[in-house]
Amino acid sequence: MTTTRGRVVTYVALIVGALLTLFPYYWLAVMASNTTADIYAAPPRLTFGGHLFDNIGQVFAKIDFFGSLLNTLIVAVVTTLLVLFFDSLAAFTFAKYDFPGSSVLFGILLATFVVPTQLAAIPQFDLMAHFGWVGDLKALIIPAAANAFGIFWMRQYARGAIPDELLEAARMDGAGFFRTYLSVGLPVLRPALAFLGIFTFVNAWNDYLWPLVVLIDSNHVTLQVALSQLNGLYVKDYSVVMAGTLVAIVPLVIVFLFGARHFIRNIAAGALKG
Amino acid sequence: MTAILPAPATAPARHAPVSRRKRWRYLPQYLAIAPFFLLFAVFGIYPVLYSLYLALQRWDGVGPMKFVGLENFRFLLSDATFWESIGNTLVIWVMSTVPMTVLALLIALGLNSSVRFKGVLRVAYFLPNVTSIVAMSLVFGSIFSSDFGILNWVLGLVGIDHVQWLTDPWAIRGAISIMIIWRWTGYNAIIFLAGLQALPPDVFEAARIDGAGPVQTFFRITLPLLRPVLLFSVVMSAISGMQIFTESQVLLGNRGGPDGAGLTMVLYFYNTAFADNDFGYGAAIAWGIFVVVVLFSILNWRLVQRPARGQVKETVR
Repeated sequence: MTTTRGRVVTYVALIVGALLTLFPYYWLAVMASNTTADIYAAPPRLTFGGHLFDNIGQVFAKIDFFGSLLNTLIVAVVTTLLVLFFDSLAAFTFAKYDFPGSSVLFGILLATFVVPTQLAAIPQFDLMAHFGWVGDLKALIIPAAANAFGIFWMRQYARGAIPDELLEAARMDGAGFFRTYLSVGLPVLRPALAFLGIFTFVNAWNDYLWPLVVLIDSNHVTLQVALSQLNGLYVKDYSVVMAGTLVAIVPLVIVFLFGARHFIRNIAAGALKG
Repeated sequence: MTAILPAPATAPARHAPVSRRKRWRYLPQYLAIAPFFLLFAVFGIYPVLYSLYLALQRWDGVGPMKFVGLENFRFLLSDATFWESIGNTLVIWVMSTVPMTVLALLIALGLNSSVRFKGVLRVAYFLPNVTSIVAMSLVFGSIFSSDFGILNWVLGLVGIDHVQWLTDPWAIRGAISIMIIWRWTGYNAIIFLAGLQALPPDVFEAARIDGAGPVQTFFRITLPLLRPVLLFSVVMSAISGMQIFTESQVLLGNRGGPDGAGLTMVLYFYNTAFADNDFGYGAAIAWGIFVVVVLFSILNWRLVQRPARGQVKETVR
């Protein structure tokens, strides 16, 4: 049905579009591997240079970039593990057990979707000050340790994926509730856990507004905050800023590429159901 | 359909009264869902209620609070900067959503035809959506740089004068919109693609037999059938569009650049509350944003929902 010419046009358009989309990444790598003078020359240097490690070295020497990398890693990993545990446990319970108030409680959980984030920001900051958590990574991890989206999304999955017979069998074998969750629920939920894990990790890694509010003026900043500070410090030395930027996105891009198929499929499926 | 499997009673004490046994029977289930509800009570409900209280106070976050009643809200209504921030947010939303939706639809149609390397292309288009906004705002900041930026250099090659991307009010809004388009086009293309793949093939078969051309098929069949997915996309973009913050803040600073052309609602909120430490008024702005978002969402819903569904059926028939 499609003509050859039509197909060629489609190909070319899709590839040009993809190249345009990827161009900022290429340009980031070019800037990070050249000196600032080379980038700002006329005409600018459009290919990779040999200064990448110099530039990264400067980033590490001038600010505690490694520390912020470590902070971000801690926040992202711990948050992800907590979310996976609490969300899957709650989702498993809501999907497979009926207990007094369960539907009302699930309704409340859904209603929390409409609570806007800015409304809570100032009091949360005040709360963190009372807890003594301002400038502490706990302020990022604890409030994010369980969320309605993950529970809702995983419950939808668990309802279809966990056969009742399996639960019945576990019960016959004398397994208690928690044991059943561990040995029946978790293994079946593995694909859903993979998606929710990547999703949570990516969001925790990229979060900016709340870390900016609660970690500012402390020596425990995350990468995103460190990046914006780096930008403020080195207005003149773009290559150094870009080297830092490159270091900040590479781990995340790797995590995403590993789970991309999974991730993209689930995002699309969620939108269709919604 | 949900299995009704009460947890087995945990080893009841030999002569325990029945009611007591019953009460503890569901304890594991309640414990399992408790973390979310606990966290939500502490970091969700309490803060929202407290922010209503705060909006009635004057408070710098350190000294004593002073009760001012509805003064903050009265000021909000006459605050030109707040109205400008609403205007900026809406303008940037329109400038980004319209091209983004068209581009995403084109990409989805392309990916839905029989091309190879679909997987690689999908990942390439999706990547911007997961990459940190701070990092990419820095990259775009350099791309948009008016004297040394590569964009102006390229524009120069084709004979277009330098655009003052970061100082001219409309160019600022354009720059922010370009960043949003870059971030969200791939995401929406993936959603549209999933929508296209879920459409029944026999409808297209019937159209082909009736002699409909590709353009006719697209406007009379594909587009109407894709409506629910388009609706989802526009509503989502309306919600996230009202939250624009990072692009403006990183690119232009807390004041949103010259004349505040890039000052969005959330940036104004951030600036008032956490840069100027005006917590009482900040809380009032947050409630103002909430009202705008609710009104805008309702309006949006109405506008997209309007044409009747019968129209689609008729076209298909």
